[in-house]
Amino acid sequence: MGDVLLDIRDLYVEFKVYEGKLKVLNGVFLSVREGQRVGLVGEAGCGKTTTMKCVLRILPSPPGRITEGEILFRGEDILQMPPRKVQLIRGRRISMIFQDPTAALNPVFTIGDQLMTVIRYGSRNSLPKKEIRQRAIKALQEVQLPDPERILASYPIQLSGGMRQRVCIAMALSTEPELLIADEPTTNLDVTIQDQVLRLLNALVERRNTSVIFITHSLGVVREMADWVYVMYAGNIIEGGPKEELFREPLHPYTRGLMRAVPKLTGGGIAEGVPGRIPDYLDPPSGCRFHPRCEHAMPRCSQEKPPFLPVTGEHRVACFLYQG
Amino acid sequence: MFKSPQWQRRKEGFRRGWYKFSRNPVSVVGLFFVLLVSFLAAFAPYVAPYPEHAGRFVNFREASQPPSLRHLCGTDVFGRDILSRIFFGFRYSLMMGVVVLSLVVPPGVILGLIAGYYRGTWIETLIMRVTDIFLAVPPLILALAVCSVLTPSVFNAMMAISLMWWPWYTRLVYGLASSLKHEFFVQAAEVTGASKFHILFREILPNCVSSIFTKMSLDMGWVILIGSALSFVGLGAQPPTPDLGTMVADGAKYLPDQWWIAVFPALAIMITVLGFNLLGDGFRDLFALEEI
Amino acid sequence: MGILKFLAKRLVFSVFVLLGLSILIFLISRVLPGDPVRMALGPRAPEWAVQQLREQMHLDKPLPVQYYYWLSGALRGDLGQSLFTRRAVIDDIKEFLPATMELALFAGVIMAVFGILFGAIAGRYSNTWIDNVVRIFSYIGVVTPSFVFAILFLLLFGYLLGWFPTAGRLSPWIQRPPVITGMVTVDSLITGNWAALGDALWHMVLPAVALALGGMAQEARITRATISDNLKKDYIASAKGFGVPERLVMLKYLLKPSLIPTVSILGLDFASLLGNAFLVELIFNWPGFSRYGINAMLRKDLNAIAAVVMVLGVVFVTVNILVDLVVAWLDPRIRLGAERGK
Repeated sequence: MGDVLLDIRDLYVEFKVYEGKLKVLNGVFLSVREGQRVGLVGEAGCGKTTTMKCVLRILPSPPGRITEGEILFRGEDILQMPPRKVQLIRGRRISMIFQDPTAALNPVFTIGDQLMTVIRYGSRNSLPKKEIRQRAIKALQEVQLPDPERILASYPIQLSGGMRQRVCIAMALSTEPELLIADEPTTNLDVTIQDQVLRLLNALVERRNTSVIFITHSLGVVREMADWVYVMYAGNIIEGGPKEELFREPLHPYTRGLMRAVPKLTGGGIAEGVPGRIPDYLDPPSGCRFHPRCEHAMPRCSQEKPPFLPVTGEHRVACFLYQG
Repeated sequence: MFKSPQWQRRKEGFRRGWYKFSRNPVSVVGLFFVLLVSFLAAFAPYVAPYPEHAGRFVNFREASQPPSLRHLCGTDVFGRDILSRIFFGFRYSLMMGVVVLSLVVPPGVILGLIAGYYRGTWIETLIMRVTDIFLAVPPLILALAVCSVLTPSVFNAMMAISLMWWPWYTRLVYGLASSLKHEFFVQAAEVTGASKFHILFREILPNCVSSIFTKMSLDMGWVILIGSALSFVGLGAQPPTPDLGTMVADGAKYLPDQWWIAVFPALAIMITVLGFNLLGDGFRDLFALEEI
Repeated sequence: MGILKFLAKRLVFSVFVLLGLSILIFLISRVLPGDPVRMALGPRAPEWAVQQLREQMHLDKPLPVQYYYWLSGALRGDLGQSLFTRRAVIDDIKEFLPATMELALFAGVIMAVFGILFGAIAGRYSNTWIDNVVRIFSYIGVVTPSFVFAILFLLLFGYLLGWFPTAGRLSPWIQRPPVITGMVTVDSLITGNWAALGDALWHMVLPAVALALGGMAQEARITRATISDNLKKDYIASAKGFGVPERLVMLKYLLKPSLIPTVSILGLDFASLLGNAFLVELIFNWPGFSRYGINAMLRKDLNAIAAVVMVLGVVFVTVNILVDLVVAWLDPRIRLGAERGK
């Protein structure tokens, strides 16, 4: 594995709402190495997307605010950079595919307008118009969209959901970024084309050797796409490590619950899962945010926040069960 | 009856709604203005310093007095206390709003429900195209035209505004009903063989109530505004009716020297309209409505 | 092309609406209590004269026949004779309409431009002091009748400060431009009469602003709401995330979709602006169509009333077609005939 590309350290984010402050991120740790494919797993609303928006500094603010933490990209803190410098990272070095392609494409501009703008500002040197157009067509061909000329002239509503997501993938890869963030890129697609799009994405990043953060709530997808896995719960990374190790021996009670929730083909078909719900961010549980749902909860769990520490090798977990 | 679980649930819902509503300063201010205006209107004969000045009253010795402790808002050219006349004016404004809305909302809503439910049939075409015709002219102008062919009076002004106002409710409810029509609970009711009446009024209507209610609150303001405009040009209330629009129109003749005659009634209109507007905005936030 | 089909559909619909409106206004003007001819001629006119005028105006025929005469006349541009001025109504309209159109268009431009500008600023900087100032001003704008604005402006800027003229379209010492379009500003622009142009604009400021404020406040409120909503949309985050410069994101990718709701209600706001012009012209002594209309209404001048409403209907329908075209240009979802909101 190569050098560390992205290193998120102890990131805290709050959302100001009418009722008070939502403490959405509660000290997130996550790192990505060159060429690594990281899977980030967690229930809906646990802060996966928020974390990634912080990396690009595109968190809507207000209401969102980063209160603490560092996001190092090749050793430099993105959060401390002047806007102009962030501008040069966005698109060119890190780009992102959003969960819902319909929401991520501007409804009132053509695909061509949007894709060509991305290419224009994503390339390191200024390109002539003709060149930009050719690159746009090439990008669309790479994601196996038929008739790219016609697609350039189309509006998002004229395309199907699967085509829109291919367009988004084309946009994200057209600038040849070092790190690609894919935020549940298939969740909003028909089941029948989810697999196609995943495979396409996988092939494209493999060919380019792009580092990827793959956000999902499906362990199956992680198993297929990632070589490193982080598990997130209610604003915290609670476990992380190499995929094989994590799947072989999940440590955190929540991760174990997640694994149980996946119905197995052999044996009893009913998933057990994790009882309870994600907590209220307005007034989250003290200490470990998982303790109200945890079957192994100890008195200490409601008083202190467990640190995120290695247990064996690079397998890390935030749980007092493994920390004497 | 008050112990039944349904009642308890409703009480709980109302309590929670009130809590959310009261946390929003905008709606509380709106409610305050509305209550204040309503109180002054209801008890005008008791709270007005000179209740007899509301109608045909002349006292030239005190004519055109600037605001003073004796007459907080001054007096008009007939020597009538403007503050007292404003309190009585609130009565006409509120009455106008209440009467117009109670005439307009039921037919407007029913037509909207029918048109929305029968979307795609000739019934929808008929109702909505007629609605479009009414919406094709500025409402004030059509109301003016209707008023002009009738004898100008408060009553006729209310009739004229009502004639112009129902299409707005038809259009609002039409939009809501035609999308609600495809909701599962409506289809479920249809499958079980519920009557059309039941579907329209028991399934669809309750889901439109918050929108209608919010629009009514905002419209109270608009109706009062249009009513005052009608009186202002002399096609609504006639002197000596203490109508706020008429008072502004009369006062405008004595500008700029006797500014108080026009300015205070104008402020009174603004406070009334503002109250209903803020209240309506509060409801809109409360019910989380986007359009209207 | 989609846009042509869209336009054709819209035109057919407008013709239908205007036809409906003509029936409506005809009914309103004919079912009134009292005898308009008797009223026009006065109580002392001999019976034969009343009878003659009644026949001349086809008022003795049944309603559908009357409507037929009235409509076929209207289509030929003959809107009948004013019962008071005894002139052809169409001539009165030609004389008075341009002044009102000039005022209304000027006010409409002020309304749209400043409403969108203030709303966009408030939405971009929502929940800051700028937003609060804009919000307070929009509330004042929404709740104040335009005739109150007109009176206050007249008082403050006209009489007290004396910055602006208080009545009419031109100062008496200015050489009037020849009547070409009837709009003084346009005519003086065409003839290069700069003094008249300046003077006309100077006369127009107070009435136009008084007219514009109500709609401006509405536009600002809607624009603010859409801008601050759309700022949270993924497509804005996505455009920024791809390194598109902030200014381009704001002025292009945020502004265009955010204009759609605002522009959609411009037509309605222009309608209430036209209605309010009736009152504002009265206050500023603006020799326009609205003042003519009010006088017709106060005198129950039937033909004139019907004509005034019809003309305003035509103006309003035309404005709405223009608005729809702009919306269709802004929003491909409409142009392509797809369902909205998806």
